[in-house]
Amino acid sequence: MAAPRDLEPATVPQAGVATVGGPAVAVEPQAAAGAPVPAHRSEFVYFALRNWKFVLGLGVVLVFLAAALFGPMIASHAPLEFSGPTDQPPSSDYWFGTTSFGQDVFAQFVHGLRAAFLVGAVGGGIAWVLGAVVGFTAGYRGGAIDDVLNMLTNVVLVIPTLAILIIVSAYMNVHSYAVEAVLIGLTSWPWAARAVRAQTFTLKTRDFVDVARLSGRSTRQVISSEIAPNMSSYLLMMFILLFGGAILIGASLDFLGLGPSESVSLGLMMNNAFLSSALVLGSWWWFLPPGIGIIGIVGGLYVMNVGLDEVFNPRLRET
Amino acid sequence: MLRYLARKVVVYLLTFFVAVTIDWAIPRFMPGDPVEGLLSRMQAQPAAEKALSGYYTNAFGFDVPIWKQYLNFWAALLHGDLGRSVQNFPTSVSELILGALPYTLALLVPAILLSFWAGNKVGAMAARRKALDNTVLPVGYVLTATPQMWLGVVLAWVFALTLGWFPVSGAYGFDLQPGWTLEFAWSFLQHWVLPFAALFLVAFGGWAIGMRNMIIYELEADYSNYLASLGAPTKLVRKYAYRNALLPQITGLALALGAVVAGAIVVEIVFSYPGLGTLTLGAIQNRDYFLIQGIFLFIITGVLIANFLIDIAYVFIDPRTRIGMQGGR
Repeated sequence: MAAPRDLEPATVPQAGVATVGGPAVAVEPQAAAGAPVPAHRSEFVYFALRNWKFVLGLGVVLVFLAAALFGPMIASHAPLEFSGPTDQPPSSDYWFGTTSFGQDVFAQFVHGLRAAFLVGAVGGGIAWVLGAVVGFTAGYRGGAIDDVLNMLTNVVLVIPTLAILIIVSAYMNVHSYAVEAVLIGLTSWPWAARAVRAQTFTLKTRDFVDVARLSGRSTRQVISSEIAPNMSSYLLMMFILLFGGAILIGASLDFLGLGPSESVSLGLMMNNAFLSSALVLGSWWWFLPPGIGIIGIVGGLYVMNVGLDEVFNPRLRET
Repeated sequence: MLRYLARKVVVYLLTFFVAVTIDWAIPRFMPGDPVEGLLSRMQAQPAAEKALSGYYTNAFGFDVPIWKQYLNFWAALLHGDLGRSVQNFPTSVSELILGALPYTLALLVPAILLSFWAGNKVGAMAARRKALDNTVLPVGYVLTATPQMWLGVVLAWVFALTLGWFPVSGAYGFDLQPGWTLEFAWSFLQHWVLPFAALFLVAFGGWAIGMRNMIIYELEADYSNYLASLGAPTKLVRKYAYRNALLPQITGLALALGAVVAGAIVVEIVFSYPGLGTLTLGAIQNRDYFLIQGIFLFIITGVLIANFLIDIAYVFIDPRTRIGMQGGR
């Protein structure tokens, strides 16, 4: 399952703020939006493409994304169809072999990748929005609102996500990956909210934020045009980590048999392989691919994230 | 100090309250009737079914107003009564959980502590040392992105089924009874190695990467540069960096507990290890709601207590928290 261990906020941010919120920010925000931005963009691309971690991570993720998008089109069988001989090792007809029910493992794999990307995007997206909204509000408003939101964050933070998902999914029949993703999104935002809150705290006392506030902008405008852009790199990295985390949690849930049962996902593949004693039969082609798919996507995202960290934060770049 | 602890205690009590309320509310407000589910599995005769239904509704306390059910739930909980298992009916949920608990703890506690210790050491060594970094970093990322159950399956396949070094499933040999004998201890240890390794390796990757990144930040900090420019040996500079880098890692430990417990649940299932995870799977498959609820409460209470202990430890480890709390700043 997804571990906040690596997603733990303190490992990424500190230096991010130091550079991002630094003196480069003009007091007059409109002026800053004009000329310097293109230069900044190309600088980002320049360093990003020269960072092997970013390129490698992105490359791996894109390969799996392509497999998820186009794989189902070239797969010659439906993922759940009992089409062929049972328990066959990989061959030219069945690229990844078949299950002990005669299903095409390749078809299951590429459809499972789709489910993984869906759960990651929706679950990670919801957690990202919740984390950002709670974090910005708590950090910017402060006072009683901060106390209440902080309490809420701490409560959700301490309750183990999988435990709460087990009990919810045990009672509620989860019929689609979208529902599963929403459940994951609703429970995995707290660390993100904490991190955004801490960053907002340090930014809100800056002069340019005061100027924006004095010029009569609403809270929402100040947050969206002054505070959020100054931690955009951080928000991007947060989304990547939440995306990967959601995929790992989803795989654990499916493995426990709490996801949608009449469908295909990488976690469910592992569940089926395990329950059908693929291990004892030695059908490695059945139980290896789902794990490799998850490691590829999630590991690729994490490595990409370190690369991004180095791109945004010059002090980390290898010399 | 006291104010800090008081605040923490309030948060933990509130969390416990919310968790218990969720635990109570979910079965009652979800579609489907637990009593009906139980009866449909028993396939009793229609006449008997009616009587049984009344009996179970009464036994589970569904026949009183909802607010009273809530109060009764708390009252029973505070007496340590988590209800009875539907799957093994007369056995109480607490009894089942307490029977499984030692096995889960035997996996979890060493996996958490050893991975934290080893991961931090290796991560600190790897930071800013090219050769080591280029091996530790990729391995760490692969490990931390690995689903524990899959790693368990692969370990079982390689080391148990192919090489035959370790047994595939269970916590001890079939021919043994749990007891304080040498034979049992040896068998237990053999069965313990693979599930432990699956949990340890995944957590290890996370700690190593986290520590490696933190050390790099710390080595870039002004105090490190100052120390180095004074001519302090690298070893000393790294020692100071390590101490500072360890603090966020300890916060991370508190955050990671839930994930490690979740990992233990799925790994136990892979190895049919008779702990809470295997109990959970059985409860899910048999729709044994009271058992699921009990396990949920148990896990949450455990995680809360562990978090609280880490919070207290943090005060002793980081002098700054203490000074801040005593109004020094």
